[in-house]
Amino acid sequence: MQTEITKQQYELNKNLAQMLKGGVIMDVSTPEQARIAEDAGAAAVMALERIPADIRAAGGVSRMSDPQMIRGIQKAVSIPVMAKVRIGHFVEAQILEAIEIDYIDESEVLSPADDKFHIDKSQFKVPFVCGAKNLGEALRRIAEGASMIRTKGEPGTGDVIQAVRHMRAMTSEIRRIQNLKEDELYYAAKELQVPYELLRSVHENGKLPVVNFAAGGVATPADAALMMQLGAEGVFVGSGIFKSGNPAKRAQAIVKAVTNFSDPAVLAEISADLGEAMVGINESEIQLLMAERGI
Amino acid sequence: MRIGVLALQGGFIEHIQMLRSLQVNSFEIRKKEDLRTAMDGLILPGGESTVIGKLLKDLKLFDPLKEQIQNGLPTFGTCAGMILLARKITGTDTTYFGAIDIEVKRNAYGRQLGSFFTEAPFKGIGSIPMTFIRAPYIERAAPEVEILSEVDNRLVAARQGNILVTSYHPELTTDNRIHRYFIEQVK
Repeated sequence: MQTEITKQQYELNKNLAQMLKGGVIMDVSTPEQARIAEDAGAAAVMALERIPADIRAAGGVSRMSDPQMIRGIQKAVSIPVMAKVRIGHFVEAQILEAIEIDYIDESEVLSPADDKFHIDKSQFKVPFVCGAKNLGEALRRIAEGASMIRTKGEPGTGDVIQAVRHMRAMTSEIRRIQNLKEDELYYAAKELQVPYELLRSVHENGKLPVVNFAAGGVATPADAALMMQLGAEGVFVGSGIFKSGNPAKRAQAIVKAVTNFSDPAVLAEISADLGEAMVGINESEIQLLMAERGI
Repeated sequence: MRIGVLALQGGFIEHIQMLRSLQVNSFEIRKKEDLRTAMDGLILPGGESTVIGKLLKDLKLFDPLKEQIQNGLPTFGTCAGMILLARKITGTDTTYFGAIDIEVKRNAYGRQLGSFFTEAPFKGIGSIPMTFIRAPYIERAAPEVEILSEVDNRLVAARQGNILVTSYHPELTTDNRIHRYFIEQVK
């Protein structure tokens, strides 16, 4: 019976991610920012004390946010509230579950707490989203109980190149798996270090068994639409909004870009007169590659 | 027959797949130009009602859709779609289409940990699977509103004239009987 309930909870958690599709999830650090995000059309907010660009600038160990700060944001908005825990830090996850967070992001943006083991997410009722650079990472996270996947991208840079690389890697590997012969799947599962059943589901359905969002480095409506056209089902925007000149306007534009991602006329209209985008750091200038954390 | 599915945000693909399983044609509504296609029915999917409500207005879809709904277009709203169709939303003066005489409470079962799955009767159909995701329920309904499902004494599905609403997501299950019920209304 226990397993039946667990299975049902996992379905419900995947279902919530399905309802977030076609939406934008925005990083916010205060209740005011959360309200700006909600008014702009965010499908959910990610509550964190410092947005990735500031984490990157500040250096040092970065941890789960103060539950009181997260509660403040839960009170401020009616949309789902997510928050981040360090990779492998299952006690931070227990704490977020206790304050009834809607989704936990086991995130490479924070300093990893465990260099080997991710959280056994199947032990939790609350859903998890995890980052992945490729199909192998995505399926390993799903095997551990993640009910939603996002690209890692390179957070806090305003440079979309890594998110593009991760999404392209994922979709091209999915196409390769789809075209394998049945008897080749066993070897592919061994190669990718993933459970055979999950790989088989990718082979049959041509997609991950959970919703897949883009994240990391999205700074403009065009970036968001690019990720959608590359196959993302929705977009996380971190530093790109509140590090820009006019957060409310840019946030609204990114929301519309995700809805009408394949319509250049709409994209041209909403990309106009947005004020300054976040400054950004090029990939080659980065000291710390967060995407290399937790593979 | 052709059903328009509002595709601004949320679980619209699941509705399209359900309609496909019933061999019903559908198209996505993302912008005003999409309304040039005539439709026999409309589905408002689940998602975040604040997002869909805002995009409806920003993308200038709200007025033309409201007019068609008022003129009797058969319309089916699930979860967020139900909120968009309700006459009143508890605790706020914001309303959207106001097409069915019910008051709904948003996130009525709490946060994601309150989401649940159950099986319960739907009037005239029998027991069906119901998936509630951060779901609303109907707090009050006018006498003219026909109640179609109740779960734990809460009203979770209703119909009035051309409007059908459910708190839960039939499109997230493999059971297409509620969609078939809606299609029967469209015919």
